[in-house]
Amino acid sequence: MSDIAIELRGIDKSFGPVHANRNINLVVKKGTIHGIIGENGAGKSTLMSILYGFYQADRGDILVDGRVLTIKDPNAAIASGIGMVHQHFMLVENFTVLENVMLGAEDSPVLNASISKARIELKRLEKEYALEVNPDAIIEELPVGLQQRVEILKALYRKADILILDEPTGVLTPPEADHLFRILEQLKNEGKTIILITHKLREIMAVTDEVSVMRRGEMVATRATDKTSVEELAELMVGRRVLLRVEKGEARPGDVKLSVRNLTVRDGRGVTMVDDVSFDIRAGEIVGIAGVAGNGQSELLEAIAGIRRATGGTVELNGSTVDVTGLADPAELRTRGLAHVPEDRHHVGLVLKFEESENAILGYHRDPAYKKGALLDIAAMRADAEEKIARYDIRPPNPRLKTANFSGGNQQKIVLAREMERNPDVLIIGQPTRGVDVGAIEFIHKRIIEMRDQGKAVLLVSVELDEIRALSDRILVMFAGRVVGERTSDAGEGDLGLLMAGVENRVENRMEAAR
Amino acid sequence: MDVFHMLVTVLESTIRVSVPLIFAALGGLFTERAGVFDIGLEGKMLGAAFAAGAVAAVTGNVWAGLLAAILISVLLSLVHGYASITQRGSQIVSGVAINFIVFGSTVILGEAWFRQGGRTPALAGDARFSTITFPFAEEIRPVPVIGPIYADLISGHFFLTYLAFAMVPITWWILYRTRFGLRLRAVGENPGAVDTAGISVVWMRYRAVICCGILAGLGGAYLSLAMTAGFVKGMTAGKGYIALAALIFAKWKPLNVMLACLLFGFLDALAIRLQGNPLPLIGQIPVQLMQALPYILTVILLAGFIGKAVPPKAGGVPYVKER
Repeated sequence: MSDIAIELRGIDKSFGPVHANRNINLVVKKGTIHGIIGENGAGKSTLMSILYGFYQADRGDILVDGRVLTIKDPNAAIASGIGMVHQHFMLVENFTVLENVMLGAEDSPVLNASISKARIELKRLEKEYALEVNPDAIIEELPVGLQQRVEILKALYRKADILILDEPTGVLTPPEADHLFRILEQLKNEGKTIILITHKLREIMAVTDEVSVMRRGEMVATRATDKTSVEELAELMVGRRVLLRVEKGEARPGDVKLSVRNLTVRDGRGVTMVDDVSFDIRAGEIVGIAGVAGNGQSELLEAIAGIRRATGGTVELNGSTVDVTGLADPAELRTRGLAHVPEDRHHVGLVLKFEESENAILGYHRDPAYKKGALLDIAAMRADAEEKIARYDIRPPNPRLKTANFSGGNQQKIVLAREMERNPDVLIIGQPTRGVDVGAIEFIHKRIIEMRDQGKAVLLVSVELDEIRALSDRILVMFAGRVVGERTSDAGEGDLGLLMAGVENRVENRMEAAR
Repeated sequence: MDVFHMLVTVLESTIRVSVPLIFAALGGLFTERAGVFDIGLEGKMLGAAFAAGAVAAVTGNVWAGLLAAILISVLLSLVHGYASITQRGSQIVSGVAINFIVFGSTVILGEAWFRQGGRTPALAGDARFSTITFPFAEEIRPVPVIGPIYADLISGHFFLTYLAFAMVPITWWILYRTRFGLRLRAVGENPGAVDTAGISVVWMRYRAVICCGILAGLGGAYLSLAMTAGFVKGMTAGKGYIALAALIFAKWKPLNVMLACLLFGFLDALAIRLQGNPLPLIGQIPVQLMQALPYILTVILLAGFIGKAVPPKAGGVPYVKER
């Protein structure tokens, strides 16, 4: 028995021309929580996929418990005690918890015996690690936090001693994330080894014992968590000093630019997604909408942008009414001073097969500036694109490159450049930095604040609470389609977290019921 | 003829025409629950019917015909599997292609081998299935009500008919009570979950496709070896599509599949029965309307008027490991 759970020696992996992992060395000590951080595309997920047998390394050795192993598929990983909790849960949604836990680890061709055994084993795990969950519940009816618990149980059921968690908190509310960290602590105390992959520095500082930093496919450093700082880790990740906290002055709000009254949106199934939402946004302020993904923020954004029909309520843009319950035309809204950076740049914001210069004018292509008679003025488009590329530092600086070939951060900059350069009165932005690396985040945040300082009204929707807190002048919290509270930018994280979890809401409801 | 006897006759032919639907729809159930859509049921049944007719005619042995039917159908399934699982092609295109190829080649081969205008020689004796008469059927027949039910509805069918109905609970059991069934259902809902659990998605799907081939083969063999005595060009006449409609109508559940097939079979039997017999009050019902009813019912179901048909989530999507 060695006290090293996993050792990687010289792991190297390429996908065609992409060198995803270069000569990676890593030592993970037994019974510790080891964090791995790095920007998107730094190679964290590839490395863990190699460890879990999804891919084979081109070179290098994997040592588990001091022995060199070949992990040729997930079966081999499971057999050597490695379990993985995937970022996108690998659960069958219409199966019960029990069936999901059992899947792939059944003992016999006929299920009866396996079912009763799994039931007993689940009870035991539940007791040992305080991981309660109803074995007969259907996955899709469980909240995300519990679904994640099922993923952990799946790994433990397979007798995993080493647990890899890939971006586990992306879908959780802050209280749920805290709960997860307590579970991880408990698992650690029981002697399990945990590898936590994340790009959130705060989490690394909160729970890990050691942390390794990856940058561009290389392992650049390993530190003891208590001997490092957020600043040092951020610098290691990006390779240069970064401002984590954006500098911004006092907001000087002017006239109301966007006014939303009693907006209600139902989806195709008749489920109310946005429920009687009202707010105003003034020139020169950023209003942030916080909330766990799926609480109506997306639908709210889409209704205001005119790409989803609202079922009730009114919206005023620059003092004149927008036909949100009828067919508000997004193209027309653009001419009236509304710019929209959609949440999902791949499906709504960009056509990935288009050239950069084409995406740079998408939606504004009827503008006479880009036209020569009935045809597009390609030269003018490219010149315009080159200007934006320079101003937004889009890399590589090639307007003729296919958009799919840009990184996430640069794709996002293409969208931002297109929308911000139109000089709108109202800018609505969804998830401005989703899948964007730390360096680009800093740039995007600065630009958003510049827009505010130029007197634009900015509506910001993000599931990253830190981002909302850093940028917003006022924060609205959405839960189950309703705005459940408004706070100023200095609101505490715990306070917002409770609102996001709908806790405050429930208390208020109870008080109302008591009256 | 009194109403009761007419009912028994209609129900008897309902059973007769439902059998190939049940086989094909249960076959479709296996692949579609595993995430591979199969519009090629029609082609598989037709190919199987031809193989059964041809081999039984040549060998004079009905079992050889049955075996040939299953072999050809499984082979066609593997072609579909190769195109849509291994090569990740479009499942619809692959299925349609199989239907066309089989339709054409059965006629060409039939004409080349037997020179009877695309038919296979009429089968007799050991070359085709005969009905099974239960003990005392003739003795009980005169008993009112129970007699005709026992003698005509329960007794007097082909071996394949009983097998088709037996396959319904067997399919249910396989799907919900075995490891194979659990994994099969999982692979149709979230292949990623199956892959990360260390099970091969490709192999699971191939196995499902083979199950479908066997069942569609039985359905095809029933057409040329039992229901009629020999293969006739295009003899499936859209039964594969009706089976697909029944599968959707049944929301991909085994017991529902049987009921849907019986319902569609009943409509078919009724259409034949009503041909030329005007109904009181309503008058003559066009045959075409009766024939279209299964599709109309399925469209109504899909439009959401009778509950909701939710297909397996990963259906139709080739599995690609994400990076």
